[in-house]
Amino acid sequence: MATSDAHGPNPPVGESATAIASAVCSGETSAVEVTKRHLEWIERTDESIGAFLLTTPEWALETAEAVDRAVAGGKANDLPLAGVPLSIKDVLCTEGIPTTCGSRILEGWRPPYTATAVGRALGAGAVPLGKVNMDEFAMGSSTENSAFHPTRNPWDLERVPGGSSGGSAASVAAFQATVSLGSDTGGSIRQPAAFCGIVGLKPTYGAVSRYGLVAFASSLDQVGPMARCVRDAALLFDVVRGHDPADSTSIPDRIVADKQPRPKRSLPWSKALAEIAEDSPEGSLKMSCTRAIEAALAAGSRSLEGLRLGVVSELSGEAVDASVSAALRRTLDVATELGAAVEEVSLPSFEYALSAYYLIAPAEASSNLARYDGVRYGLRVPADTVFEMMERTRAKGFGPEVKRRIMLGTYALSSGYYEAYYGTALKVRTLVSSDFSRAFDHFDLLISATTPTTAFKLGEKVSDPLAMYLSDLCTIPANLAGIPAVSIPVDCDSQGLPIGVQLMAPVLGEVLLLAVAACLEAAVEFAVRPPAVMDFGP
Amino acid sequence: MALTPDQVAHIARLARLALTEEESAVYATQLSQILDHAAKVKEIDTSKVPPTSHPVRLANVMRKDEPRLGLGPKDVLGEAPEAEDAMFKVPRIMDA
Repeated sequence: MATSDAHGPNPPVGESATAIASAVCSGETSAVEVTKRHLEWIERTDESIGAFLLTTPEWALETAEAVDRAVAGGKANDLPLAGVPLSIKDVLCTEGIPTTCGSRILEGWRPPYTATAVGRALGAGAVPLGKVNMDEFAMGSSTENSAFHPTRNPWDLERVPGGSSGGSAASVAAFQATVSLGSDTGGSIRQPAAFCGIVGLKPTYGAVSRYGLVAFASSLDQVGPMARCVRDAALLFDVVRGHDPADSTSIPDRIVADKQPRPKRSLPWSKALAEIAEDSPEGSLKMSCTRAIEAALAAGSRSLEGLRLGVVSELSGEAVDASVSAALRRTLDVATELGAAVEEVSLPSFEYALSAYYLIAPAEASSNLARYDGVRYGLRVPADTVFEMMERTRAKGFGPEVKRRIMLGTYALSSGYYEAYYGTALKVRTLVSSDFSRAFDHFDLLISATTPTTAFKLGEKVSDPLAMYLSDLCTIPANLAGIPAVSIPVDCDSQGLPIGVQLMAPVLGEVLLLAVAACLEAAVEFAVRPPAVMDFGP
Repeated sequence: MALTPDQVAHIARLARLALTEEESAVYATQLSQILDHAAKVKEIDTSKVPPTSHPVRLANVMRKDEPRLGLGPKDVLGEAPEAEDAMFKVPRIMDA
């Protein structure tokens, strides 16, 4: 493991979650030692990056001490994330620890309960280093909508890290945390992952509990992992996934096991996939993604032999920048070399997906955010009557983008416009799902660029909301259809900025999705080495 | 389509947002642009398409109806801007 030198802590490069957990469990290092080193690194780097809204050293060290005690007590097997440094997007509730959602309206609020996903990660031994920055209420694609401060991209400090999970992506890319929990409503995990050169998974809607995730658009929101490699993302996903009685939209484990999509043709590791599915008596598919990745990687140079991969026409060509398009083409060549059959496929409804999303998401948001009324928690601006109090509280507490979306949603749902806007958008949503279903009749997975461009400069798009919305062009269809999608970094453009590629799978197809992503990752050999961080001097 | 300042004021009232005149003017322009883009959904024939409000269809998931403890009044009221006698306190809701 990396050590401190005379100049202070080096960036703890190359440490995967798996390596940390195994070193902690074998006694080679301790969770406390790993935690201290990461806290020092955050102290050193975060003035430049601005990933954290709050660091929680006491909570982290208490948790790490408990992990070390559990390991000493012979409980290492129950701790797949033993000592793994975790950053938590500030949209996830943490009992007694401030949770702001990047908004002044929740400044200082201490939730009375912890989100299920956070609780499960901590239960597996992860160490919470703090709460990370985000666009206010997860609305945005650059983290510039945070009410507190911007976050900078570790690859180029003049550029945005993407959003809304920009703090999660930057903290992982800058080696401040090994993994992070983010949330994705229209691309908020995958787009910042692509901008920061890391891996981000948006799971199937309902695969991870939303209990304790502050709601933005309830039918689209999903909690997911972000990490520097596919295996670490899979490990965190394996830990946090699964049915939760506290979230009525979380999918029962039995259904998850029964509805696993199977590869169209036999793959070199199909047998291992079948064994993993059978070897789960409670239908829980325990640790199935990490196990599938090992099996797939063991297949070697023709690991994707038989895989049918569809390239989405609507999300390539003129829709994306030339550098991104070229990186996608190189990735397709890699997939072909590994044995995959790559073909283009058209999903015509995608042309309308962005428009539908920017009616549906604001409509749900306008309803969800009605709860911030100055009565039960958060900010209150005093006034003589209750309506004045609410209007002033919301005017002061919400930032411009949140107000814009609340107004947009209120309009789309208002009498006389409901059918024309919201009603039609819901029908377009059906068309997007049908297009996916048709494509998945022929293809195991679909592939596209994750973002139309690489990371843009701070301030470049803040005054043009529509231009900002276009950042989500490629990621939105997966949210509308509820399917899982992962972004993996594959290359850098001529300016040294990372480029991500997105893989999409049918509902509940995370096992196949992540195993294939790991094979591609191993073949493209992308290294997370953001220069601004690597050069960080004493 | 262009939203009028009156329409913006009406939406803001429905959404309980007190806007300055300057904000109303900016939102009138921006919301009009966004709605123009969103109106693209009307270009495609959806007359025979059912709406989807939930992406993954689930049969009703039932659980046993067993009483259990929720959060206590102290936890619930602990973060309120103003509370009194186990109740949230608000300014008057009717005209004097």
